[in-house]
Amino acid sequence: MEQTTMIHLDGIHKTYQGAQPLHVLKGISLDIKKGEFVSIMGASGSGKSTLLNILGILDNYDEGEYLLNGVLIKNLSETKAADYRNRMIGFIFQSFNLIPFKNAMENVALPLYYQGVSRRKRNALALEYLERLGLKEWAHHLPSELSGGQKQRVAIARAIIAHPQIILADEPTGALDSKTSEEVMQLLRDLNEKKGMTIVVVTHESGVAYRTHKVIHIKDGIIGKIEENKTMEGQPYLK
Amino acid sequence: MRIFDLDKWSETFETLMRNKSRSFLTAFGIFWGLFMFSLLMGGGQGLESLMAKNFEGIAQNSCFLIPGQTTKTYKGLQSGRQWNLRAADAQLLKHRVKGIDLCEPVILGENPTPRYKDKTTYGTVKGVNPEYAAMENPHIIYGRFINQTDCDQERKVCVIGMRVREELFPDTPNPCGKFIELDSIYYEVVGVSNMKSNVGTGGGNSQQTIMLPFTTAQKIYQKGDRADMLVYTAAPGHTVTEIEEAVNTVIKEEHLIAPDDDQALFSINLEKLFQVIDNLFAGIRFLVWLIGIGTLISGTIGVSNIMMVTVKERTTEIGIRRAIGARPSNILWQIMAESMVLTLFAGLLGIVISVLILQGVEMGIAASTGVEAKFQLSFGMALSAFGVLMMLGTLAGVAPSLRALAIKPIEALTDE
Repeated sequence: MEQTTMIHLDGIHKTYQGAQPLHVLKGISLDIKKGEFVSIMGASGSGKSTLLNILGILDNYDEGEYLLNGVLIKNLSETKAADYRNRMIGFIFQSFNLIPFKNAMENVALPLYYQGVSRRKRNALALEYLERLGLKEWAHHLPSELSGGQKQRVAIARAIIAHPQIILADEPTGALDSKTSEEVMQLLRDLNEKKGMTIVVVTHESGVAYRTHKVIHIKDGIIGKIEENKTMEGQPYLK
Repeated sequence: MRIFDLDKWSETFETLMRNKSRSFLTAFGIFWGLFMFSLLMGGGQGLESLMAKNFEGIAQNSCFLIPGQTTKTYKGLQSGRQWNLRAADAQLLKHRVKGIDLCEPVILGENPTPRYKDKTTYGTVKGVNPEYAAMENPHIIYGRFINQTDCDQERKVCVIGMRVREELFPDTPNPCGKFIELDSIYYEVVGVSNMKSNVGTGGGNSQQTIMLPFTTAQKIYQKGDRADMLVYTAAPGHTVTEIEEAVNTVIKEEHLIAPDDDQALFSINLEKLFQVIDNLFAGIRFLVWLIGIGTLISGTIGVSNIMMVTVKERTTEIGIRRAIGARPSNILWQIMAESMVLTLFAGLLGIVISVLILQGVEMGIAASTGVEAKFQLSFGMALSAFGVLMMLGTLAGVAPSLRALAIKPIEALTDE
């Protein structure tokens, strides 16, 4: 496997301005290589969500440097940020975040809409991805007609349809039972192992974290320890 | 940005269609606004044209002069004296009043019962000179109007109104050459008039008027040298109001009426009448515009308002779109396009329905009274309403899209 750096963070600081400025990230330096399957673990308030937002170009940082696949991500315009998100990053959220009035296929195809791919082409591609995830017969159902696991699989299909460089998953199993959690994590693992996709999972759940290759512990805005997790076995889900 | 991107339009359309009740509620304000606007416009216009029908064919710069009773003693004459106009007064006025154009004496006959064979009807008789046609267009549809020879030879000929023709000659569209009987005297019909104005001089419906040569009427009704009424018009460059005073002065002088006795003669200045009606309709038009535009604006604000709420409600959707790569311009376009499509669709529907209703009203009025009033919106009016609509749609979209732009994906996507 090629070992080029996909994510390079160097001394990232982030402070939320307010009545009482909140220094959330206090110098995060981190390298994630291409093809890695990494989890960022921490308690709530540890800054892991902020880190994920910065990784996902949803938020700016104050200090430091963030290179995504060699591209400096700093002070981008909204338009530029949107383009990078569209082409480089696939998001998976705890609450799925599917658009309720669009069916599964259209939800999956949405990133391609913003790339200007024609309707027929993107729908065909979306069907292909849904089929790969075993959701072909659900393609024309609205999110409200799908189970949690199905919704998350639709979201995963949406995340990978534009061939992003990385997948960012924010508590991907947070709203799922342990059985479907297992399925979703297996799916992510397959994506990582078979497609060589770089995946970063943010979680507070060790059961999820220990299903990734590397666990990055974050505490009070700094990185605690980084654990290699060769066996990928171990802890059960805390459900 | 590609505005004529079919895919973007269909995306807009789908979003609207999948959220039917929301779209309906949003669109209703505009629909109602334009519906009421068009209806008001058409209604105001129709009313005006109905009113105008009453005056059709009458010279607007004319004035009627009718003798009355004196109210003041003058030069040894008692007050309360009934005086009469003379046919010769017409010539006199033409000579002495500057700015007078036409001046015609008119005989108002009794109301005889016109008869043709076994058929009778109701009619009013008027004795006129040929020049009278210039003041009240007779709309001759068959035959001809009274001519000079008729007057010179005191011929017993007549021009009958449309209603009279219908009643007396139901099976003969063109009764010219037939003789009708008025008070035991036979007159040859030489023309049929389709005059429609309802302010027929000397009263009566112009459709039921029977016109005789002036001299004939003078003789038959034993008027001597008298005339019952004078009708005059102002020459181009003059107004009736300008010459009215001069005319009255000459007449008063001629008939020994006190110069300050204003009640001795009735002067009906049509110009003033039209002025009043014009002003009335200008007022109505102004009101219609005011209400119409007010309704439109409130409709637009309504749409804008609901879109604002909608955007708030769609925060998550917009956040998702932004997170997976929608540019700010995409979001701006989306909200604007939705607003525009809604306004356009609802507005067009409003125009179409009001046009249908106006058409119905127009046809209903035509069917029940035979008057063809113009209620329908003109194409230009519809087109400009359409233009205004586009503008309103865009305007209504501005505030909501700005609000949508302010949505940050992280805020929208946080679950807490």
